[in-house]
Amino acid sequence: MGGAITLHVSGRKMLGFILRRILISIPTLLIVSIFVFSLQKLLPGDPVLAMAGEDRNPEILEYLREKYRLNDPIPMQYLYWLGGVLQGDLGVSLRTNQPVLELIGEKLPVTIQLAVMSMIIAFLVGVPMGILSAVRKGTWLDYVANFVALSGLSIPNFWLGIMLILLVSVNLGWLPASGYESPWVDPWRSFQTMIMPAFVLGTSLAATLMRHTRSSMLGVLQSDYIRTARAKGLVENRVIMRHAFRNAVLPVVTLSALLFGELLAGAVLTEQIFTIPGFGKLIVDAVFNRDYAVVQGVVLCTAVGFIGMNLIADVLYVVLNPRMREAL
Amino acid sequence: MRTSRLLGAFLASALIAAPAFAADLRIGLQEDPDVLDTDQARTFVGRIVFESLCDKLINTAPDLSFIPELATEWTWSADGMELTMKLREGVVFHDGTPFNAAAVVANITRSQTLPESRRKSELASVASVEAMGDFTVKFTVKAPDATLLAQLSDRAGMMLSPTAFTAAGLDFGANPVCSGEYKFAERIQQDRIVLEKFADYYNPDAYSYDRVIFLPIPDTSVRLANLQSGDLDMLERLAPSDLAAVKADSKLVAAEVVGLGYQGITVNVGNGDRSKTPFGQDKRVRQALSWAIDREVINQVVFEGSYATGNQAFPPNSPWYDATNPVAPRDVEKAKALLKEAGVERVTIEMQAANNPVQLQLMQVMQSMAAEAGIDISIKATEFATMLAEQTEGRYESTQVGWSGRTDPDGNIHTFVTCKGGQNDSKFCSAEVDNLLNAARTSNDLATRKASYDAANKILGDELPIIYLYHPTWLWALRSNVTGFVAHPDGMIRLAGVKSE
Amino acid sequence: MTAITTIAPKSRNRAWAKLSANRGALVGAVIVAFFVIMAILAPVLPIADPTATDWGAIRKPPSATNWLGTDEIGRDLLSRMIWGARASLLAGVVSVAIAVMVGVPFGLISGYFGGWTDQIISRITDALLAMPFLILAIALAAFLGPSLTNAMIAIGLSAVPVFIRLTRGQVLAVKTEDYVEGARSVGLSHMRIMGWYILPNVFPPILVQATLTVATAIIAEASLSFLGLGQQPPAPSWGSMLNTAKNFLSQAPWMAIWPGAGIFMVVIGFNLFGDGLRDALDPREH
Repeated sequence: MGGAITLHVSGRKMLGFILRRILISIPTLLIVSIFVFSLQKLLPGDPVLAMAGEDRNPEILEYLREKYRLNDPIPMQYLYWLGGVLQGDLGVSLRTNQPVLELIGEKLPVTIQLAVMSMIIAFLVGVPMGILSAVRKGTWLDYVANFVALSGLSIPNFWLGIMLILLVSVNLGWLPASGYESPWVDPWRSFQTMIMPAFVLGTSLAATLMRHTRSSMLGVLQSDYIRTARAKGLVENRVIMRHAFRNAVLPVVTLSALLFGELLAGAVLTEQIFTIPGFGKLIVDAVFNRDYAVVQGVVLCTAVGFIGMNLIADVLYVVLNPRMREAL
Repeated sequence: MRTSRLLGAFLASALIAAPAFAADLRIGLQEDPDVLDTDQARTFVGRIVFESLCDKLINTAPDLSFIPELATEWTWSADGMELTMKLREGVVFHDGTPFNAAAVVANITRSQTLPESRRKSELASVASVEAMGDFTVKFTVKAPDATLLAQLSDRAGMMLSPTAFTAAGLDFGANPVCSGEYKFAERIQQDRIVLEKFADYYNPDAYSYDRVIFLPIPDTSVRLANLQSGDLDMLERLAPSDLAAVKADSKLVAAEVVGLGYQGITVNVGNGDRSKTPFGQDKRVRQALSWAIDREVINQVVFEGSYATGNQAFPPNSPWYDATNPVAPRDVEKAKALLKEAGVERVTIEMQAANNPVQLQLMQVMQSMAAEAGIDISIKATEFATMLAEQTEGRYESTQVGWSGRTDPDGNIHTFVTCKGGQNDSKFCSAEVDNLLNAARTSNDLATRKASYDAANKILGDELPIIYLYHPTWLWALRSNVTGFVAHPDGMIRLAGVKSE
Repeated sequence: MTAITTIAPKSRNRAWAKLSANRGALVGAVIVAFFVIMAILAPVLPIADPTATDWGAIRKPPSATNWLGTDEIGRDLLSRMIWGARASLLAGVVSVAIAVMVGVPFGLISGYFGGWTDQIISRITDALLAMPFLILAIALAAFLGPSLTNAMIAIGLSAVPVFIRLTRGQVLAVKTEDYVEGARSVGLSHMRIMGWYILPNVFPPILVQATLTVATAIIAEASLSFLGLGQQPPAPSWGSMLNTAKNFLSQAPWMAIWPGAGIFMVVIGFNLFGDGLRDALDPREH
């Protein structure tokens, strides 16, 4: 196959490809920044009034308006904001005076922990289920697996969350209904508080993984070299594990890089229901409290992360897929 | 599963020394407090944290009488223009800075001059404050102010370490330094605020916990589930619908007291064009709505009968309540007659309400009742921040809104209904009401004040710029091994004497 | 996201045959039809007024008079479920219609003309796709103000980029086909080529995506209503019913069970049907 030579030749092509992808991301990011900034102008309600709270004093309102440059023309406000962002300054939370970047640094690990745990659950459930149902295609097992996957896709995860709290926490008392503990402080408690939300968040992901694994597995099982392997008399299990799985998992790996971004989004409601102090809760609370700097910072951060993940997924796909490598 | 749980539990107990937990008190809050700087803070829930973190010049007893805290005694001059306070000696802030008259002056000055200060209007009557020796301060007021003591018993009277706020400036809230029985240890936004016992507190024996941990858990049923499972020791603002369940549970106890605040309907009677409706212009239409509403049914259906019905700015348990004018029973015929008199058969009114399930349940109950009298309420659910903006700018017909309540009666009424009141979004204006409420504000004679409020209430009850509906009851739920908690009408949690058995 | 290659018009009948032989699709169609009929017939069904309150029947469990029980102000839950189906289905269909009507033309233009037009549309699409769907919808719904109509607009607009991207990809695939080249060579206008030669051929995958997006949109509407940004009281929607129900979980669990189950059923119906549709329109055999 001459893998070494192809790799050598495509090394420079690869670099070019990655650079091109990064260049394309720049205008996208700029557009994102405009969207994100206009979110502030879009949301109704006066941020300053929200900050003033129960005791509204006109003098303070005006002072705050000046302080946060809310009296300046909107394009100027955008430039100030963008200038700050480029220097790593996302502003301060209007509600607590805490720098937004610090808040994000505090919340992101929580959501990443949640996302990683749901990914693990999704992989442990989705991939074996997908393989099994492909191998046993057309049997009752396949039907059940498909139905379970479809249910996972169709169940509103906030409802699943509520029902689990009702059942597991309120009625059975097995797991805490909410809260969060850092894994560095108390790993067991951290696991306990996180497992239910991770399960809720992981269901639709597991379902997606199952369906993709099943379909790429089916494709592989019908391909020539599996037939050859079977013809050689290799035992079924080894055929599946060695050849089929390795090939089937390729698209799944790239897919999960993309899904990771969706997980961050899915965390929005899950965190709200389980009162997990992560990214999703940060943004929903910020929208409702009209804490604009936080809304902007979080959405910007998510968008950058999402674009980054896409980039990685694209590169991974090319790296892992020899045919694509040659097509560059 | 069971094995791994056991194993896990074993590991956990091995990892964490058990005694650390024994002296923790975990309190579930309904919201996450805002900035922990008493001068910049603006939320009710923040005051709950301050109660343990920061000492005030004066505190209040459950009957709302004033009791000494950092000030041991105080006297008004005969003309009501000077307030002299003797301060407690031997008190230090959490950073070791001594508490004295100079610290009081620095604090009051900060509350009055910090551009971001939300305490300015509370201290507006103070012309100057000066140290008369190490442990005596004198407040001089611009005009007699009967509300000043009440202000000093809240955030405006909370003392921060001058050393700390000089150094930290606006960032003081990230690491607040006061002189309360508990000092700040750690805060994770939307997750927890941890306070540790302050070793040098002047009265350490009254407080039995080493740490107090506040956990904001907005969802009421989730908050209760945490209490039931023992992950919390107590919670504030129990949902009235859960009260029965808590009372039935032998592991839990409830505490309740009617609060200082009210909930009602603020009507736009003079704030721009949107006031030009029959509802805004004709008091008979407002009276009709008031008659059409069965306040007792609201209390039963929405609040399981645990709240107090209301028709005034003061709750019925307040000494300022006018008992000669109690809540009248519903009278649909009277409502219809009033509408007829006003020349309208059927009227539609738009009403804003905070976008949360409880407020919307209340709205739908009222909607259903009002419809029977010929008043169609169209509900406009709005985010609280937006609702306030609409209301100040006059872009509303009416709003279902309330007030958390203040110790002094003035704080419940003056700013809402006087012509120039800062929060008079209704833009109701009556010279007579202004005179009465201004008189009540400047007199230190209780009987005179009461007479003024009663007279003002009569006019307001007829004009109805605000249709009062009910007074929320503060509900707490505690694990039954937590004893010594006293329910206080201001809704705060005071930990003196509270202990776990 | 399985790639769906274009099908020639001839294979339509075959696709129909495949669809009607697909048991899953059939079940899905029946479920969807059931809820649609129920929603349409809501005004004439012999059920209680969904807004009629009864102070004597607050949060009563299912009984002979109220088959599904009553809610927090004594309204009949069966009636509210049926009327709520209207809100959910309407939200699903209308928001997808918005997404298709906005997204498909942009995708067509972007794919057909290429060049700078394509670059600009594609970058904006990328930017929109980079912002999480639900967050975008929440922000838009908060901006427009809470109401069912606004929730539909917010969800529709948030789903637009998906349709732009899908249509663009499909257009690129068929653009070089002979019949398009032919149409171009005889000098037909761009509008005509896009409308008559390209659109019909890129339509099947859009139809599949639309069916599956209805499912997503129904969940999105429920999520927004759950956060208080959708259907406004006293009118019922499954999401807002859940929003109220979560405060009475232990006292009245039925209040939360029915609307959740309703969403689940309808969404699974649309997913089953959409899957069947995709298989039927996909020339590859699986």
